[in-house]
Amino acid sequence: MAIAPQIVTADAGTPPLVSIHDRGLGDVVYRGVILFFALCVPLLVVLVAWEIARAGWPALHRFGFSFLTSSEWNPVKQIFGAAPAIYGTLVSSAIALALAAPLAIGVSVWLSEFSPRSLRQPVAFLVDLLAAIPSVVYGLWGIFVLLPVLRDPVMPFLRDRLGLGHTAFFAGPAYGPSMLAAGLILAIMILPYIASVSREVLLAVPRSQREAALALGATRWEAIWHAVLPHARTGILGGVILGLGRALGETMAVTMVIGNRPEISASLLAPGYTMASLIANEFSEASSDAHLSALMAVGFTLFVITIVVNAAARWLVWRVERGARVSA
Amino acid sequence: MLLLATVAACGGAREQSSRSSVALTGAGATFPYPIYSKWFADYARQSGVKINYQSIGSGGGIRQLSEGTVDFGASDAPMTDAELKAAKGPVMHFPTVIGAVAVTYNLSALRAPLRLTGGVLAGIFLGQIRKWNDSRITAINPGVALPATDILVAHRSDGSGTTYIFSDFLSTVSHDWSQGPGRGKELSWPVGIGAKGNEGVAGQVKQTPGAIGYAELAYARQNSLPTAAVQNASGAYVEPSVESATAAAAGEATTLPANTDYRVSIVNAPGAGAYPIASFTWLLVYRGQADSAKAAHLKAFLHWYLTTGEQSAASLDYAPLPPAMIQRLSSRVDSLGAGT
Repeated sequence: MAIAPQIVTADAGTPPLVSIHDRGLGDVVYRGVILFFALCVPLLVVLVAWEIARAGWPALHRFGFSFLTSSEWNPVKQIFGAAPAIYGTLVSSAIALALAAPLAIGVSVWLSEFSPRSLRQPVAFLVDLLAAIPSVVYGLWGIFVLLPVLRDPVMPFLRDRLGLGHTAFFAGPAYGPSMLAAGLILAIMILPYIASVSREVLLAVPRSQREAALALGATRWEAIWHAVLPHARTGILGGVILGLGRALGETMAVTMVIGNRPEISASLLAPGYTMASLIANEFSEASSDAHLSALMAVGFTLFVITIVVNAAARWLVWRVERGARVSA
Repeated sequence: MLLLATVAACGGAREQSSRSSVALTGAGATFPYPIYSKWFADYARQSGVKINYQSIGSGGGIRQLSEGTVDFGASDAPMTDAELKAAKGPVMHFPTVIGAVAVTYNLSALRAPLRLTGGVLAGIFLGQIRKWNDSRITAINPGVALPATDILVAHRSDGSGTTYIFSDFLSTVSHDWSQGPGRGKELSWPVGIGAKGNEGVAGQVKQTPGAIGYAELAYARQNSLPTAAVQNASGAYVEPSVESATAAAAGEATTLPANTDYRVSIVNAPGAGAYPIASFTWLLVYRGQADSAKAAHLKAFLHWYLTTGEQSAASLDYAPLPPAMIQRLSSRVDSLGAGT
């Protein structure tokens, strides 16, 4: 509540065009209220972080750095190491981004540059509709449709026919529930977020950009590649970050298809675990303090990793923006 | 003015009656939730006393009881000594029904139920037995052609009473298991794939040839999953059923001392017809009750479930308590006292 006096002094500092008296009480109250709302959100984030950190502190303190590096998660013996879950969260999100980003950008380029006007709205609507499907429905679809198809024929095809089984990434038995399945489900789930942001950004690129490129003798492809996409890349990256945030935190659908095995394996065919799944699986029946605290510590780790990954992505956007300005 | 006052009075009266109609609140285990919700609905119809039950999980039930935010808790695993000490007073355990865990598998060639001993089951879930035609499995399934394929283990990934009962059995019959994964609602599994819920495990087993998993009896029966016959303490191979689960409780009841607190495991129970992977699920109540009205409601309900409620248990595939135990428990309800 120390906000109001600050505003008054700030106002006094700047030479007012109209006297404070004329602007009236309404403006001051309005500014105060707006500032309060604006501060509420960061305050909430700090409070959440503080509460989770406090609850997870006993586990973090007891296991120290090994909480992040150990692969043993044993609620019976009360030994907790979250490395497989951290690894699984990052890898499944990376697979999802690698699959979804090109697809989503492709869809939005087609929609903004090539599609007939009559198709643009229906296709965009269908892509956006993917975002409206509840994640448990994705999970059920994963169990009953995706996993059987992956187990036979997709995984054996990748492993044996394409010979990818010789690499560590596609080795081992194909059961269905796997890191690959989780990445695929996540890719479908984050696709609409990236696609819809990219589409809006591409549509906002001024016509003059395209016309200028075409007038210089560029082919249609060159106009898109050299004039339209660079103009929109900051916005597209923003969409990708939005998708990444969704992928890192997704819980239910991933839990249903990833196999929930706390083990780090290079093979994408092997089951894995994510931090969000671990918490969702064990929280409701966790009764010992050490177990609860370990789960809270996993929550805090997820929180920190999400912030770090997002900050890194923002930094990337900033770099790209600066690069665009320098080259322009 | 008069009208307004009358309306207000009526509203007030209605509010009061609706508040007093929920007499008891409870929270806990999800496994017995279907039968509990039937009991509470039947009881409300017969006695007019409403009981509000939230199936938030056994761990949550114990926590809420310890904090005193509910009138009774419910759990699939008995409270540990540490949990009892953390509670606000002495807690009594009342077994309500018996849950059994069925071992289900995907072997399309098999006609008769697969036979398993506790040792072989532990071997499979420890990853020591990896092929279906392993001599340890074929030895107890004479005349059955088992394939030379890999065994895929499916287990619960979410914390659950079903896992507790299953691991309790394996810990009882296998030294390797009790020294290794041990017993608990969540385990560090040596092999296999974790699936969420009974439906997740059953789905994984159904879809994968050569898979083996476990699910609670009611779920396995309602979805007609193939279930293995498991060898019990007297050497007989018994299929899971409501009757064989009750038989396990009856076998164990004969060995209970007079002053038992009913925090007992009935896995590997004696008796020729006893199914070995079974367990009670409990209602948890404080022995001392500060609120005498609530104490009376609680006692009345406990008597009701022991007499009337038990009769409807089998209709939802829950095994009822054996008659001898119901008698002993009835006299125990009376020891529930008002005042602390």
